[in-house]
Amino acid sequence: MGELTFNLLQYGFLLLLWLFVLSAIAVLRRDLRTRADGQAGGPTRRGRRKAAGASAPKAPRRPTRLTVTAGGLQGTQLPLTNASILIGRQPGCTLVLEDDYASSRHARIFPQDDQWYLEDLNSTNGTFLDDQPVHGTVPLPPGTPVQIGRTVVELQA
Amino acid sequence: MTALPASADPFAAVEPSLSSARRPWRLAELWLLLLACAVGIGAFALVGYGVRGALPSSFWTESLLLVLLSLGAHAAIRLTAPHADQTILPLVVFLNALGLAMITRIEETDTRQGMMANAISQIQWSIFGVVAACVILWLLKDHRLLRKFTYTSMFIGLGLIMLPLVPGIGRTINGATRWIVVGGFSVQPAEFAKIFLAIFFAGYLVSARDALAMAGPKFLGLQLPRLRDLGPLLLVWGAAMAVMIFQTDLGVSLLFFGMFVAMLYVATDRISWMIIGGTLFGAGALAIINSFPHVGRRLDGWLNAMDLIDVPGGSGQLVSGMFGLANGGLTGAGLGRGHPYLVPFSFSDFIYTSLGEELGLTGMLAILLAFLLLVERGLRTALLVRDGFGKLLATGLSFVIALQVFVVVGGVTRLIPLTGLALPFMAQGGSAMLANWMIVAILLKISHDARKPSIEPDRGVVLQQPPADAPAGSRGDSLETLPVPPPPPGKGAFA
Repeated sequence: MGELTFNLLQYGFLLLLWLFVLSAIAVLRRDLRTRADGQAGGPTRRGRRKAAGASAPKAPRRPTRLTVTAGGLQGTQLPLTNASILIGRQPGCTLVLEDDYASSRHARIFPQDDQWYLEDLNSTNGTFLDDQPVHGTVPLPPGTPVQIGRTVVELQA
Repeated sequence: MTALPASADPFAAVEPSLSSARRPWRLAELWLLLLACAVGIGAFALVGYGVRGALPSSFWTESLLLVLLSLGAHAAIRLTAPHADQTILPLVVFLNALGLAMITRIEETDTRQGMMANAISQIQWSIFGVVAACVILWLLKDHRLLRKFTYTSMFIGLGLIMLPLVPGIGRTINGATRWIVVGGFSVQPAEFAKIFLAIFFAGYLVSARDALAMAGPKFLGLQLPRLRDLGPLLLVWGAAMAVMIFQTDLGVSLLFFGMFVAMLYVATDRISWMIIGGTLFGAGALAIINSFPHVGRRLDGWLNAMDLIDVPGGSGQLVSGMFGLANGGLTGAGLGRGHPYLVPFSFSDFIYTSLGEELGLTGMLAILLAFLLLVERGLRTALLVRDGFGKLLATGLSFVIALQVFVVVGGVTRLIPLTGLALPFMAQGGSAMLANWMIVAILLKISHDARKPSIEPDRGVVLQQPPADAPAGSRGDSLETLPVPPPPPGKGAFA
């Protein structure tokens, strides 16, 4: 093989190396984009369609996730299923807070008859729905801030 | 931190039937694997043509084994960790294949080194590594199970580190007591100790981090930890110093201490730990270098590299590696057409300069970027996974790869003193290959646990007796039916 062929093969090989590395980066970028979509509040296309389909006959916007809007876990989102969500410091909770002002089992958010409810579980420092202390179980409308210790969560559509 | 699974589709959980049907195809991984195999096979062929104008004798064996190994690992991941990160495996295969090509290349012109470069043995070890990784993926159902072995791991890890000191099986090669010989095989136990110590550090720190993060005295605006919490750090420091003194092994000692300090920092979020750790290690290393000539010679060869070329045990190896890099330049001398074999241990400790000579800066940067991406994926896994133990374990394992790459590449490019560690996945060496593939398996498993979509809340389905009159609803309802209107305050089910 001639010198030229060798050099061309060498450059071709280096291109292949970078093609691999850049492809790997492209895969990561796609990963980032899907995640950013999920967090920025704009549901992915499929999610939007699904949410719309589920709530078509009922109220126009049914909450699909629980979002932490303030506190150490700010930005965390939990998809809502028809299971209840237990919030507190205890590792067994659905949403585990690392917050000195939260009780180990602080509050519970659960669905019943197409409506979400908030229940304070006799927490030491109390649960506040829109700055009002919660006693027992109250209906929880979407978009209303719930303060638990230093953490604020809300239901979002 | 308890970040929740920001899995690709946060709505996957809305409809359980849909998400369980969606088993990922992992096409991105397959595509990247094919590219990585193409890189490897291309490199094998070019190496042969560059050296003697024909395919290397082991070309077909190596290519076939490389493809089988990639596809086998891919299939194993599909079966056992289908949601794991898709770039980790291709990156590792890419690095492994390039290392293999360079070892083949050195073997083709092995005139000086008495057939020490052995590509077939290296690919055998790669296969053992992949098999070990598959076994781990298969047996380890949940990475949190490893936490049960926190203290067992400590004993195994420390035992492995100390093993080369046992008379009879310990071997000292080139000044460092890092090997044991068992039944004709020489093994570097420290490579396996990495995994066990990472498990131990993660398990220990996840339970001790609250105490270790406590604020102590303030000094020059820096919040120091409490003095009584310095115990564990001093203990690990003592062990690292012992490794340096008795095994004269700066690299291994730095690796373990660095891993502990990095995990301590991640666990407590206190920068003071890093400063204290760095100071302790620097002071200890300086003291040892001044009192032990062997360790000191490395430092001398680093500072005055050009003056000590011809001194036995001087910097001849380091300098010829750098000459190789200079010969490579920007685009390299061409695979098989440089002279990397002139450097002692060009297939193991100095494989990075060998690759640099033949692939040039362009190729070296691609390799470094591949390592960077691998470590980034590991740390991203640590961010995504929910449990503290998994976070710390993923951090520790990724960081140990990062630190090892830094120490090796820094050493051969004369940024820091040479330590004699091996470049992960590339340098020839069976123990390192096996251990690093095991690390990859654990990372993949954690990544799978972090990314799999959760149908039910992952942590804490509230276990509670349903009221007697509870209607038999769907799975979620039956556990959680409460009478509405709500019970009076103070009489909730959890009071």
